[in-house]
Amino acid sequence: MRVTQGTFSFLPDLTDEQITKQVQYCIDNGWAVSLEFTDDPHPRNTYWDMWGHPMFDNPDAAALMTELAACRKAYGDRYIRVVAFDATHGWESVKLSFIVNRPTDEPGFRLNRMEMEGRKMRYATFPYSADRPAGQRYQ
Amino acid sequence: MTDETALPDTSPEPPRETAVDLRREMADSGVQDILDQLDRDLIGLKPVKQRLREIAALLVVEKARQRLGLAHDTPTLHMSFTGNPGTGKTTVAMRMASILHGLGYIRRDHVVTATRDDLVGQYIGHTAPKTKEILKKAMGGVLFIDEAYYLYRPENERDYGQEAIEILLQVMENQRDDLVVILAGYGDRMDKFFASNPGFRSRIAHHIDFPDYGEEELFAIARHMLDDMNYHLTPAAETALAEYIALRRAQPHFANARSLRNALDRARLRQAKRIFETAQGPVDADALSAIDAADIRASRVFSGGLDAQPSSGDRP
Repeated sequence: MRVTQGTFSFLPDLTDEQITKQVQYCIDNGWAVSLEFTDDPHPRNTYWDMWGHPMFDNPDAAALMTELAACRKAYGDRYIRVVAFDATHGWESVKLSFIVNRPTDEPGFRLNRMEMEGRKMRYATFPYSADRPAGQRYQ
Repeated sequence: MTDETALPDTSPEPPRETAVDLRREMADSGVQDILDQLDRDLIGLKPVKQRLREIAALLVVEKARQRLGLAHDTPTLHMSFTGNPGTGKTTVAMRMASILHGLGYIRRDHVVTATRDDLVGQYIGHTAPKTKEILKKAMGGVLFIDEAYYLYRPENERDYGQEAIEILLQVMENQRDDLVVILAGYGDRMDKFFASNPGFRSRIAHHIDFPDYGEEELFAIARHMLDDMNYHLTPAAETALAEYIALRRAQPHFANARSLRNALDRARLRQAKRIFETAQGPVDADALSAIDAADIRASRVFSGGLDAQPSSGDRP
């Protein structure tokens, strides 16, 4: 099951050329781009691991693409996303984030139902991949 | 989806032309204007201008080849500028970004200047991130490494400079589209640097040697500098300056245009002092911008030169 988090996630995967253009758009808007990766695709997992530093002073997208190539080399079996952070006073938050790399096999999510008192029902989602220990999930 | 894959992937291209008018291409691209402006702004430097003209022609031809469907490849534009002090290496490097940007070779018009301090770290594991940081900053434009031979210190075999060189070489090779690297330095030391790092020499396509300026060229440069500062020479001062240049060139520690700039700065100091001492009543703009023979002839150069005590303004 294809994970749909962040912008463009309902589109086919972006090509490197398209990623470059999106990243350049972010930089031209004055946002600092950075890369994050994870192997826990749960939608509420907002804290991904950071790859390198946020790039506050790189005027060209090629810098991020270099880092992306390095990140793919190390963690190509995981999810990688580009995060564009707007440091403007009053915003200070992520303006755009999109997935640029995903595992070849995305097993999807299991829905757990828990019967509570009365006819109440509690639901929980678990990524199947999270059954395995972190770091070995998409090998 | 299957329909799309059935189409040949060349379909969006317009039908190919069969001939290209190179002169019109050159004019349309605005390259000629850039080269003309360079001719006006930089005096002398024939080999440099010659090489730039060749590069410009090559880029236009490559574009034309692309349109005709011939094999084309983005050329390597890494450069090395060698020459004596004050021959314009840094000045040209600083302009190179706008030239290459105008030619459409690099994506943005910026130069990142780096020296050894910016690239080489102080402890193990410090160099690679530092070098990469600078390279990333320069991407899309020009990375200018002044006095590049300081990167390599053969006397210390544990020096981290070698690591910076290796990273640099790798990026110069693999990301030629993203970055143009320009190295600059004095000729003999650059030769030694290249001799001990043969990988560098072969990865740099353009080795440009900046010649020393002739007397007329130096005079023209002085004029140009003064024009920019809104000064002018009196006829007597012109003769004095010509004599000054001839004398100064023969003396040690001569640093071409840089020596000249320092000389002009000192002439301005003397002129200011002279105006204060001699002016009666208000002075007009003409008096404030005229440099007289006395301002130049007061120089030590006319009384035997700098041998007695080295001038603070010139590099040793």
